[in-house]
Amino acid sequence: VKVELTVNGKDITADVEDRTLLVHFLRDVADLTATNIGCDTTSCGACTVLLDGESVKSCTVLAAQADGRTVTTLEGLADGGEMHPVQRAFHEEHGLQCGYCTPGMVMAIVSLLKENPSPSEAEVRQGLEGNICRCTGYHNIVKAALAAAEASQ
Amino acid sequence: MSILGTRVIRTEDPRLLTSGGVYVDDLREPDLAGAVRATFVRSTVAHALVTGIDTSAALAAPGVVAVLTAADLDLPAPPPAEPVPDDAPPPEGPMPLGPPWSEPLFAVDRVRYVGEPVALVLTDAAYAGEDAAELVSVDYEMLPAVPSIEAALAEETLLYPDAGTNVCVRGRRPIGDDSIFDGCEVIVEGDIVNQRVAALPMEGRATAAVWKDGKLTVWTSTQNAQLSRLILTAVGLPPDAIRVVAPDVGGGFGAKIGVDREQILIAWAAKHTGRPVRWVETRNENLLGMTQGRAQVHHIKLGGDREGHVKAYRLDVVQDSGAYSRMGGFLPMLTNLMAPGVYDIPAVEADYKAVVTNATPIAAYRGAGRPEAAATIERVIDWYAAEAALDPVAVRKLNFIRPEQFPFVTKTGAPYDTGDYEAALDKVLAAAGYDELRAEQRRRIEAGETRLLGIGIASYVEITAADGAAGETAKVEVHDNGTATVYTGSSAHGQGHHTAYAMIVTQELGIPMDKVEVIHGDTDLIPDGVGTYASRSLQLGGSAVHNAAIEVKDEAAKKAAELFEAAEADVELDTESGTWRIKGDPDKTLSWSQVAAAADNGLIVANVRFTADRPTFPFGSQLSLVEVDVETGKVTLLRHVTADDAGPILNPLLFEGQRHGGIAQGAAQALVEEILYDADGNPLTATLMDYGAITAAELPSFELLTSETPTTVNPLGVKGIGEAGTIGATPAVHNAVIDAVKHLGVRHIDMPTTPERVWTAIAEAQKASTK
Repeated sequence: VKVELTVNGKDITADVEDRTLLVHFLRDVADLTATNIGCDTTSCGACTVLLDGESVKSCTVLAAQADGRTVTTLEGLADGGEMHPVQRAFHEEHGLQCGYCTPGMVMAIVSLLKENPSPSEAEVRQGLEGNICRCTGYHNIVKAALAAAEASQ
Repeated sequence: MSILGTRVIRTEDPRLLTSGGVYVDDLREPDLAGAVRATFVRSTVAHALVTGIDTSAALAAPGVVAVLTAADLDLPAPPPAEPVPDDAPPPEGPMPLGPPWSEPLFAVDRVRYVGEPVALVLTDAAYAGEDAAELVSVDYEMLPAVPSIEAALAEETLLYPDAGTNVCVRGRRPIGDDSIFDGCEVIVEGDIVNQRVAALPMEGRATAAVWKDGKLTVWTSTQNAQLSRLILTAVGLPPDAIRVVAPDVGGGFGAKIGVDREQILIAWAAKHTGRPVRWVETRNENLLGMTQGRAQVHHIKLGGDREGHVKAYRLDVVQDSGAYSRMGGFLPMLTNLMAPGVYDIPAVEADYKAVVTNATPIAAYRGAGRPEAAATIERVIDWYAAEAALDPVAVRKLNFIRPEQFPFVTKTGAPYDTGDYEAALDKVLAAAGYDELRAEQRRRIEAGETRLLGIGIASYVEITAADGAAGETAKVEVHDNGTATVYTGSSAHGQGHHTAYAMIVTQELGIPMDKVEVIHGDTDLIPDGVGTYASRSLQLGGSAVHNAAIEVKDEAAKKAAELFEAAEADVELDTESGTWRIKGDPDKTLSWSQVAAAADNGLIVANVRFTADRPTFPFGSQLSLVEVDVETGKVTLLRHVTADDAGPILNPLLFEGQRHGGIAQGAAQALVEEILYDADGNPLTATLMDYGAITAAELPSFELLTSETPTTVNPLGVKGIGEAGTIGATPAVHNAVIDAVKHLGVRHIDMPTTPERVWTAIAEAQKASTK
């Protein structure tokens, strides 16, 4: 099937197998490898990207379903050399260790803060229930999300 | 001002946050262009004879390059078995057992767990690999499964008929008659299960390999490239014909020490077929094939008097090794060693045996043998306190090894270096408001509320860098452009080594952090190294970097003296500005560039292997507050307060990060996580839809307190912090759950304390009390 996507502002057209998942399209066709695969069952959120501005788990979306739509990955988040407030907060609050869940976590939080610009700690924790991190115990990820919300006020 | 001890944010992060890490699946090396995808065909049954493998349909499928099985292995035969005398002592190191317990690469005539590699399919594309793997037909003649320790000990079915038993290793510590309990007024006795859990790094196992010009290059997700290289000589090559590279590694937690049989097969397949090969496991494969942790059953007996003095303790461990013994008796040996924990107990007996089962092999997982010891002694102290109607805090304080007793050798032979266990406990009690929490707990019970509070304490001591004699390597170079490069044998996979080691160099040499590059995990650049595990990296690897930096400084002082035409004693390094000068003459200075330029090849270099003659023993206390809904059994973790002491803190940000992650994994074992098998050995938790990996929604933010008691074992005075959080958190949370319902007569609930288990324990205790 032929699909046309706008990924991080760039138009990409490709002929792919019907069953191609969005995450494989991003990694193998668009060659954007920040988005990681952690579970294949929509459980861990490592593959979270924005589809038309809303967070989706790209291991559970077919590339064909994203045809004609706009995708933002971690690589498309910074504004030139300037990190997005969520990226900056992750750096300053030590919100990452091994970095594998990070792209998905960052995108999930960008989406969460768009829906709820000043969440409580409990709301952040509930909002991140679908993103698993094995290194940080979530402590500094939650702190980073709250700091990013604060910085964006 | 010293940079050590300050909250330096990580140098690793900008790249990880903007373009993402480069894990094995992200590698775009030219040598890997056109790499074939590897897909394993794995056993779908727990225990069976393999009577035939038909690969013809798979070979005929589109895009298939090769289908490989044991019949294709063209490897040198392993050396013949050395006869092991019956009275030989158990192997103490973390080594796999030899014949008849050996683990093959591909299954040959028998499979012993669901997920065991049977064949390997190589395809041009990943999706085609999964399709073709389905077409490989394996004939199994089913054997009864041995899915548990209980079944293994029954010995009705043997995994290794040639061995004549399912017990693969026995400890040799004596367990006597019951005389050590003579005169004890209060005795508790029972079984405690330390359940099987998954290490679950977010990146699973992954390996890419290229065979080119007589050299095998292997990129693999590992905690130690150098050990991996040694293991990979199994493909029939000497170490110098193999280069191993650890790119970014998405977590390890002990399960990525070295490489497994799958990685050896990928390396072999690249050599065998001449094609570059890449394998990235799925989560399902990861939950079947990656080694898992814990999996012990403890039979315990503890006795003391009515006032709370513990007189005698016995710990008898049965280790489930899974289908193949990866570490011999190493894990339960460590559990035995650390059995009495922080207590001065007059009589201690500890022994173990390890059995094989039709389950995924067990190996190191964050703490590796020590969390099991801490989980049980801390649980049993609470059990005893409840039985004697004493406050668990008071019982701990009565029995702690006192500060003036250090250095202290326990009855099981652990040589503790330093510690102040009561101070750590007092710190968490004060911060948590222990008395107020007890008052609120009583109030809720007396008011007949259904959401009750539980307060759990754990005081822990653990052993870090137990293999300090193996040490760690570092090479520090200063170049004539004023930059420094550190080559370390330890191997970062999230901990922040690059930041920590650069801080050490900046501290000693005054070269700013942005001019210090840290390199790890490439055996061409660093042929000699040990790696990252057992909370060893800062104390061994960091000490090596520290000593190498000092050697570089000493060498540079000589060069600076020559350039100044001054005596060496008259030159000094100003580490604030990173410049050399003559004492008392601020006008004459030399930069690092100038000093390095005067050295041979414009380079000042020092190579160091730092070894420690003893391990270190960090310690601390953790307090956990839970709410238990006695009508549903649901547990909510409300607060978790810890006081941890691992010596001087190099970077509080990294120190806290290690504790946060450790606490979460420890709490996860107490609350939710468990790998399960059915009676036929079928795994029931082989995806993240079924395995209860703990999430942000189940955890609170943690409250951390610290103290810094230096050790004399290494020049930085530091101990390890990577595993302490896990070791303390499991019993603290576990004790909290049982503390909430102990007034109902509940004395113990095995982990994980799921709503069903908690509810059932309450119901059974109530039934018993109305009888």
